[in-house]
Amino acid sequence: MMLAVLIIVLMAGGLLAWISHQWHPQAPKWISLVSVLIDFAIIAIYWLQHYQIGDLFNDGWLASYKVPWIESFGISFNLAMDGLSLLMLVLTFFLGVMAVLISWNEISHRVGFYYFNLLWVLAGITGVFVTLDMFLFYFFWEVMLIPMYFLIGIWGHENKRYAAYKFFIFTQAGGLLMLLAILGLYFLHGRATGNFTFDYLQLLNMELEPSTGRWLMLGFLVAFVVKLPIVPFHTWLPDAHSQAPTAGSLILAGLLLKTGAYGILRFVIPLFPDAAAEIAKPAMLLGVVGILYGAVLAYAQTDLKRLVAYTSVSHMGFVMLGAFAFNKLALQGVVMQMITHGISTGALFILAGCIYERIHTRDVTKMGGFWPNMPRMGGIALVFVMASLGLPGLGNFVAEFLTLVGSWQVSQKLTILAAIGLVGATAYSLRIMQKVFYGQALPAGDHAVHDITIREKFILIPMVVVIIVLGIYPGPVLQTANAPISNVLDYKPAKKVVATNTLEMKGGTDEQE
Amino acid sequence: MKELLWLIPALPFIGALILILAGSRLSRSLVPVVGAGSVGLAALVTLLIGFEFLSGTRAPFEQLLWTWIEVDGFKPEVALYLDSLSLVFIFVITFVGFLIHLYSAEFMREDEGYSRFFTFLNLFVGSMLMLVLANNLVLMYLGWEGVGLCSYLLIGFWYKEEKNGYAARKAFIITRVGDTAMAIGLFMLFRTFGTLDIQAILSGAQDTWQVGSQTAVAIGLLLLGGAVGKSAQLPLQTWLPDAMAGPSPVSALIHAATMVTAGVYLIARMYAIFELAPLAQLWVGIIGALTLLISGFTALTQYDLKRILAYSTISQIGYMFLALGVGAFSSAIFHFMIHAFFKALLFLAAGAVIHLLHHEHDIFRMGGLRKKLPVIYWTFLIGAASLAALPLITGGFYSKDQILWYAYAGEKGNIWFLVAAMTGAFVTSLYTFRMVFVTFFGTEKTHVGHHAGTLMTLPLVVLAILSTLGGFIELPHTMGHVQLFSDHLSTVLPAISLKEGVESSEWIVQLIAAGLSLTGVYIAYFLYVQSPQSVERIKTSVNALHQFWFSGWGFDAVYDFLFVKPFLWMARTNKADVVDKAYDGVVVSTGYFHRGFAWTQSGIMRWYMVGIVIGTILVVTLSLIYY
Repeated sequence: MMLAVLIIVLMAGGLLAWISHQWHPQAPKWISLVSVLIDFAIIAIYWLQHYQIGDLFNDGWLASYKVPWIESFGISFNLAMDGLSLLMLVLTFFLGVMAVLISWNEISHRVGFYYFNLLWVLAGITGVFVTLDMFLFYFFWEVMLIPMYFLIGIWGHENKRYAAYKFFIFTQAGGLLMLLAILGLYFLHGRATGNFTFDYLQLLNMELEPSTGRWLMLGFLVAFVVKLPIVPFHTWLPDAHSQAPTAGSLILAGLLLKTGAYGILRFVIPLFPDAAAEIAKPAMLLGVVGILYGAVLAYAQTDLKRLVAYTSVSHMGFVMLGAFAFNKLALQGVVMQMITHGISTGALFILAGCIYERIHTRDVTKMGGFWPNMPRMGGIALVFVMASLGLPGLGNFVAEFLTLVGSWQVSQKLTILAAIGLVGATAYSLRIMQKVFYGQALPAGDHAVHDITIREKFILIPMVVVIIVLGIYPGPVLQTANAPISNVLDYKPAKKVVATNTLEMKGGTDEQE
Repeated sequence: MKELLWLIPALPFIGALILILAGSRLSRSLVPVVGAGSVGLAALVTLLIGFEFLSGTRAPFEQLLWTWIEVDGFKPEVALYLDSLSLVFIFVITFVGFLIHLYSAEFMREDEGYSRFFTFLNLFVGSMLMLVLANNLVLMYLGWEGVGLCSYLLIGFWYKEEKNGYAARKAFIITRVGDTAMAIGLFMLFRTFGTLDIQAILSGAQDTWQVGSQTAVAIGLLLLGGAVGKSAQLPLQTWLPDAMAGPSPVSALIHAATMVTAGVYLIARMYAIFELAPLAQLWVGIIGALTLLISGFTALTQYDLKRILAYSTISQIGYMFLALGVGAFSSAIFHFMIHAFFKALLFLAAGAVIHLLHHEHDIFRMGGLRKKLPVIYWTFLIGAASLAALPLITGGFYSKDQILWYAYAGEKGNIWFLVAAMTGAFVTSLYTFRMVFVTFFGTEKTHVGHHAGTLMTLPLVVLAILSTLGGFIELPHTMGHVQLFSDHLSTVLPAISLKEGVESSEWIVQLIAAGLSLTGVYIAYFLYVQSPQSVERIKTSVNALHQFWFSGWGFDAVYDFLFVKPFLWMARTNKADVVDKAYDGVVVSTGYFHRGFAWTQSGIMRWYMVGIVIGTILVVTLSLIYY
């Protein structure tokens, strides 16, 4: 029930925020803030309680909620949460609060509709993280997409239309392939057992023929790597990030990208273990290409938000590398990376937004010498820049180090190449500091930059604290993720159902076995 | 007492935290109290613990603070490990660190970033202590990167100058190259031993590997990669001279006394791996020998006071690497300690000179300071004498003499190492006294603004005493044979074994070394005091060579050409992301199709008729062909 409440609070809050704009111009933000805070409180208290009780560390689902929805098609409203989902929810609501707060003064037109979209994106993300019904999963996948399209298209910067279209077409194309794959699974399972269902847990028990598995797996994988994104499917991201309003970039970087990673861990590997193992090496290679390519491109950018966007491409390469290393070390690294990257890159986007509010440009060549005027902001930026280059003591180091230790067990060449990415990360990260905060101050009077405000402190200081705590005491996160990760790795179907007949739609060509 | 070990790194961190949280609200007189006070307390705790350690059984002491990460057998802890080796390091770090903090309290007083400076400095001391006290390599890596961060922040401390920022980034990126090699070494170690606990690895290594095992060699070379990055050795030495852009106390503490010797610590700490990997160990020696020569010759040609000292630091660390390479571990650590004293002294004195001459760095625009700045002159002279290893009276003589001797007489030593080390010793004394004579003798060329206060001179005097007396705790067989220092380290590091029948020639090596050192001083005196015109003559006759040495043997240019330029070119040309062009292509071709098909829908009936006719003919023809 709790899981449904989490989603309902956001959706209802969104509707209410939209309507309430007529009553009072300030109402939408307060309503949104309260709704996200309620969700954050629920999940935080749940985590603390169950962490103390200790049942987080057991195998199995922590909370679930299932009611039939469209019974004739075997679709149910089926939500469940394990440690991985729990961590993702904590991250979602934490960044959700920040997203509302950062929009506080930035958004001035169509405020009600803005917060409606913001909360519905969050609702969609929440749904994606807790759904166990494939149809419902696809539904939530779309629920996150469309409000995000509006957020970019209406409240974005100068080139927002283009960015919004591009974002929509890329993710939609990937999503459609996933839909095909979901339907494929559905029919195969139905034919083999007579039980037509979208239930994830039942579909898990099906063993697929290698060729079929390969195609279906690719359908899922494409949707997820576009979202992640992995080179060469990444080009929507710099445009979407740089054009979105600050909260949009924050949610994109912090949460939407993570749904891709989550999808790989939750669906691609458990549903298609053999097919995933087959493509492990190329997938890891793509990850490494992403790490290096993203790093070089990040270094080249002059638009601050575009720069940070490319660092995301680079960092998400580690997710791909680790996910397909198939061992506990690497997967724990991936989970850590999802969380720490969400916070550190989210914070960098927030900083870019704060600077934009002050000087109305994202062009780093027009920045410089901000340190004397904003030392506190500079200090905070330093923390996240260091996080981004993987400094030990901050969360991102734990993530990347675990990923690399894990991938070393599988492929040493790829790990070495990925480690070289750390040098690239140093180059682009330090460039941010240099271009924005160091150097000669620009001629005075051009812009009056002031240091961090109270509201910004409420946003950024918790993020600093969290990234440091994750860096020196990541234990709670690692322990919470432990059981789900073991499940991902050695999922053994209780009762194997063999789907014999292949799908007509791909003509059953690969019969050489 | 031992239970207070955690306080040693914690105190500087607490100091930094106070300065971060309250820095702007603290008065300017309170900032150094927090900054220097926290390190002073750490030094005090170190003395107390050290005293207890030395008077006890000298058994290692381990203190677990908390488990850092735990995944599937990978379990680095935040745990401290105190033994004789780490004791030497924490003593030098806290004690020299404290003196430099005191000095900075006066040196940086007028600077607008006063509290920022002490924040970074405290953070540095804390990280450095973490590095040497870590019981596992991941925690050591934390300290390792932490000191790198502080080094970056302090080199670029005066951030308004574009070139300082460049030097800072250069330092961070080049050391990161080494760090990455080291990280890969850690991955290999973990795969081999299933742990990164240092003691477990050291004891496991002997059981796992044969001497010369390939894995051991590979790991040894990777760790060496980390060490050469941090310690500015060949081929990653190019960042250190530029790092002199930072304030002088920073150069003294980070880029002379402590951080740059982290590589020496790493290799000494992981000695068992190098003992089992003779090839890797040989490379440690070769790199040390080459580095000490190359940077020694470079130092001869520099005229920026701090750059001379920077190249001299690289060269002296080369000696330490040479010692590690021949297995004279405790000699390397001994030279580290003495070097920390005299090089910190030289940098602080140089900083004072530069400070009092209104930021004049060029030694040829100084001169005649002997009478104007007596305290600085005398202390600088003592430091210089130690650096040049003047026989009998200086600490540097005793520490360097050991290395020279073992470079030849050690089982892994050879005559080439000895020749390199001897040549280096001569060059060292030449460039050192060139610096002394040009700066302090002759006529006064720049007016001295004001005088240094007690806070600046006191650390100089203390360091001068230490760099002289420090040498007498370890005297060679031929002179008194005192072994306090190597006995102290013998519980941790293996003693060096000598070749057969070389003992008798020890005094010959000592005599030659002493002779070379004195000759160097004399030649410097002759060239720079007696007949300065002959210097110009020599310089013009070997101009190309002079330029080559002056540029640091062209390493910067080569790296620029090989790495920096291609990277920048790649970044610049692909700024718009070529992959996106592929998608643009899809968009453009869709547009063409769209326009093409839109054109066919013209509304003109006869075109449609023709279309239908052609279509029908095509369909009929094709079906006739294929059926």
